Amino acid sequence: MNVILIAVIVLAVLGFVLAGALYVMSKKFAVEEDPRIGQVAEVLPGANCGGCGFPGCGGMAAACVKAADAGSLEGLNCPVGGQATMEAIAGVLGMEVGASAPKLAVVRCNGTCANRPRTAVYDGVKSCRVAHTTCMGETACAYGCLGCGDCVAACQFGAIKMNPETGIPEVDATKCTSCGACAKACPRGIIEIRTVNGDNKDAFVVECVNKDKGAQAMKACAASCIGCKKCENACGSDAVHVEGNVAYINPEACTLCGQCFDACPRGTIASLSIKGINRKAIEKAAPKAAAPASGAAACAAPKAPSKEWKPIEIKYDAALLPSQQVLLAGPKDISNPAPAAKETTFEAKRTDAPLAPSQLILLGLK
Amino acid sequence: MNKLVVSLSPHVHSGDSVAKNMYWVIAALVPALICSFISFGVGAIITTALSVVSCVFFEWAITKFIVKSDKCTVCDGSAALTGVLLAFNMPSNIAPWIVVLGAFFAIGVVKMTFGGLGCNLFNPALAARAFLLISFPVQMTTWPLAGQGFGSYLDAETGATPLALMSQAFKGDVNALNQLPDAWDMLIGNTGGCLGEVCALAMLLGLVILLVKKVITWHIPVSIIATVFVLTGILNLINPVQFANPVAEVLSGGLMLGAIFMATDYVTSPMCAKGQLVYGIAIGALTVIIRTFGAYPEGMSFAILIMNAFTPLINQNFKPKRFGEVPAKK
Amino acid sequence: MKTFRIGGVHPAENKLSAAEPIKVAELPKVAVYPMGQHIGAPAKPVVQKGDKVKVGTMIAEAGGFVSAPIFSGVSGTVLKVDTVVDASGYAKPAVYITVEGDEWEETIDRSETLVTLKDKPELTPEDIVNKIKAAGVVGMGGACFPTHVKLCPPPGAKPEWVIINAVECEPYLTADHRLMLEKADQILVGVDLLMKGGKVNKGFIGIEENKPDAIALLTEKAKASYPNIEIVPLKTKYPQGGEKQLIDAVVARQVPAPPAIPVNVGAIVQNVGTAYAVYEAVMKNKPLFERVVTVTGKSLAHPSNFLTRMGTPMSQLIDACGGLPADTGKVIGGGPMMGKALLNTEVPICKGSSGVLIMNETEARRGEAQPCIRCAKCVSACPMGLEPYLLATASSKQMWDKVEAEDITSCIECGSCQFTCPSHRPLLDNIRMGKQTVMGIIRSRQAAK
Repeated sequence: MNVILIAVIVLAVLGFVLAGALYVMSKKFAVEEDPRIGQVAEVLPGANCGGCGFPGCGGMAAACVKAADAGSLEGLNCPVGGQATMEAIAGVLGMEVGASAPKLAVVRCNGTCANRPRTAVYDGVKSCRVAHTTCMGETACAYGCLGCGDCVAACQFGAIKMNPETGIPEVDATKCTSCGACAKACPRGIIEIRTVNGDNKDAFVVECVNKDKGAQAMKACAASCIGCKKCENACGSDAVHVEGNVAYINPEACTLCGQCFDACPRGTIASLSIKGINRKAIEKAAPKAAAPASGAAACAAPKAPSKEWKPIEIKYDAALLPSQQVLLAGPKDISNPAPAAKETTFEAKRTDAPLAPSQLILLGLK
Repeated sequence: MNKLVVSLSPHVHSGDSVAKNMYWVIAALVPALICSFISFGVGAIITTALSVVSCVFFEWAITKFIVKSDKCTVCDGSAALTGVLLAFNMPSNIAPWIVVLGAFFAIGVVKMTFGGLGCNLFNPALAARAFLLISFPVQMTTWPLAGQGFGSYLDAETGATPLALMSQAFKGDVNALNQLPDAWDMLIGNTGGCLGEVCALAMLLGLVILLVKKVITWHIPVSIIATVFVLTGILNLINPVQFANPVAEVLSGGLMLGAIFMATDYVTSPMCAKGQLVYGIAIGALTVIIRTFGAYPEGMSFAILIMNAFTPLINQNFKPKRFGEVPAKK
Repeated sequence: MKTFRIGGVHPAENKLSAAEPIKVAELPKVAVYPMGQHIGAPAKPVVQKGDKVKVGTMIAEAGGFVSAPIFSGVSGTVLKVDTVVDASGYAKPAVYITVEGDEWEETIDRSETLVTLKDKPELTPEDIVNKIKAAGVVGMGGACFPTHVKLCPPPGAKPEWVIINAVECEPYLTADHRLMLEKADQILVGVDLLMKGGKVNKGFIGIEENKPDAIALLTEKAKASYPNIEIVPLKTKYPQGGEKQLIDAVVARQVPAPPAIPVNVGAIVQNVGTAYAVYEAVMKNKPLFERVVTVTGKSLAHPSNFLTRMGTPMSQLIDACGGLPADTGKVIGGGPMMGKALLNTEVPICKGSSGVLIMNETEARRGEAQPCIRCAKCVSACPMGLEPYLLATASSKQMWDKVEAEDITSCIECGSCQFTCPSHRPLLDNIRMGKQTVMGIIRSRQAAK
């Protein structure tokens, strides 16, 4: 009997003492937080993708509250939730948001294996950032896609995939949230986050960023823009301009009339929609230097692993394994305050580097 | 003309490879294998071969059927090396199924679940030994006596090892230390014990091979052996009846095997010289503490496993001396 | 034997052309002059299509203080001002000149007579620096840092020595070695000029022990006439030719981490080829328009050393060595450790082109990368005391704060880590990318302040 009594008393006392300790702790160490941040975070999708430019949905919620206090939610956008989420946030905060046009990541290069003959073989890390520091690439175009897939790795939504036949990444318009991670990952600025029209996501795009003179661009790639200005002259709404030997269609002014598409002698201007990309078929005999047939043969080898071409694939680089994270990070980093990343104004700041969730924890970023 | 290859510098390579390093470590273990064959007979060879074959098989099977990779990871020799080291941590008369189970634990659990070569936090062979030691304490600590002829295997006669005697001495058996074999017998391996525990001379020959081929640096083995020698020397001076002399301590058990081959495992040891010295001294100290005051007579494997866990911390806090950190002249 | 104290590797030397005397290369048909031949602002062309130029005519002026003018190495007519793919792997602005005859500017002294400082005692340090600047002399070892900038130390730094880099630690290259054997007197005068120009009294010439003939010759000549110049034999180890490593090896002082520069510890480091160019610029009024280039490779029929005019396409030198072998896989501008793989063989010889190296298909390919086994060989090889394994992985994960904290900006990109890595990991590829990114972050941070 005594034993039971003692046990009950000890446990009861222990319970009271610990409860008291918990109470004191929760009062003493309570963190004051604007209750609206929690409410906004409720509305957000909770994917913590970083597509908005903030470290996770919590960061976005805090930024929204701060912006609301400043008077406007302009410039803030949840790419995953879209307009509906932003309206819900505005409702929580008692604000209003203007309608934002849908956007889409657009790859402005069509230097496919068939279009762009290979002139050299790149034998280094399969990373566009590194390849970009090596030389102009495997082709004679110093502006075009390097094909190592940094954009594919940067996409959190599986919306951009490398086409093994063309060696050029392709955006799935249904999955793209226009978060801009791919555009930041591309060392050559080929990917543009572009305003498109309506739910159908229609747009006309110049699929080239080559600033070389016409003859040189023509030699490098059969689908290059040569700055001939035929599109500029064809445009009735002053939307197309050639600057630095390359045409650009201003999405704000474009009326989707398709005149430039018809006028382009190189098939460089493409018509985009949610269904995919539509390009004009061009007689490939015209640009003789490109020699599509041999180009295709030359390209097939590098892209498909063969005896001749061995891309260095470092399996363990895909994502840090838990053990590697421990080995690399160590405990010091855990105390690192998260906002440190915000200090850098350089475009390649941390938000463009999606880290594994566990990695974020180890680095104290979450 | 061919298409030119472009890549960033450097354009030449030393010709070193993972496989070369691994095979040199295996080569450095061959003298010890020969010695244990002489001491324990054919059982030593059978156990080693079985361990190597099972480790290689598990690595191949996991890579092929679970990871589903076409790459040949067995060719780099790391699985074979784990197999040899695992066998060296077992008595020669151990049941074959325990060897296979140990190999499965080493490769399947300790190595491959963490991501394979280069990613494991603990030394696979040692972790497997710890697992077997706790699961099968009797089989793992029933050591055959040396010199029973070349045919001896599962039926070998067993007896106490020097370390067991030292442990008894600490627990109060005043005569235990007198039964220790003399230093020469321990050096050439004329005592009982695990495969790799017996011949200190063969181990030292292995160390020379590794140092000459620049597979390892001196820091870890020397710091471990020196620490053990100094600490047991102090204990021996305090009470020679209770504590064995430092020479016997250094030559006995898995100390040489651990210091030369286990603690120097690339993946689980620190990266810079300073860190390696800290790691070695800590292993030496832990070994002495476990051997003298712990429940197990052998402390080497646990000491290494404990320090494996500290390796990331050591790497984080001990950095190589940066160029220009301290100006040579004020 | 002296050497630097941290890290280092010893690649196979392969000095195939060490016994080949320097040959004068033929003039090209068209010479091409890229405008960015040095560190700093690119030069600005001062000629137009159709202009007539002579050998030694300035074709581009310096684009700033850290810059250098460019001179024609041929006489003829300017064909066009266009672009050319240079060693960087990108197309850069360049001047093309069609070669007609070989007519030199009259101001250049073409005689072989040796002129020493004793013959021209009236030269002041300022005269020397101005002449070097006007002649467009830059570091000839490959980095191409304008020489006059090094001779004008920032306020607060006091130079004590001129250290001449004659180690030629890159495998294969022999241009500096041959130059020392054939132009020893002129080099010593050049060192004397650099010492006077930098206002210091002591000069060292560091030479690796794999060139005993050069050590013996220069020691003998220096003893005879230049008591202030000391020849320092050094143990053969890469990257001894790195500026910081050479200072450590010769005078045992370590340059602190950036932004400190060698002159902060009292040293002005110049390449031996630069010393020769300084002699010619100051004593012979000859601007920098020709240099010694090693053209080498195991598959090449006749590896040779050429005295060649700048602007000559590399293909012409390769042809003079027996032609480009059919199994060529890679053509490197410079040595195998730090040189740049070229996109084609039409890249012209520039001020920093110390060599052209041909590799066959097998040599050209890197080994397949395997996982890091954490063997720490890169850590012990790193001459800057860094941890390449960590920098490479963290760079590839874009952890810029981490790599900056780990001193990635100290990396000299010598490649010792990647050379020694048993897993054939592309360490330097990633580290270089990380270093460039971190430098960009630091610059933008400074700009924001």
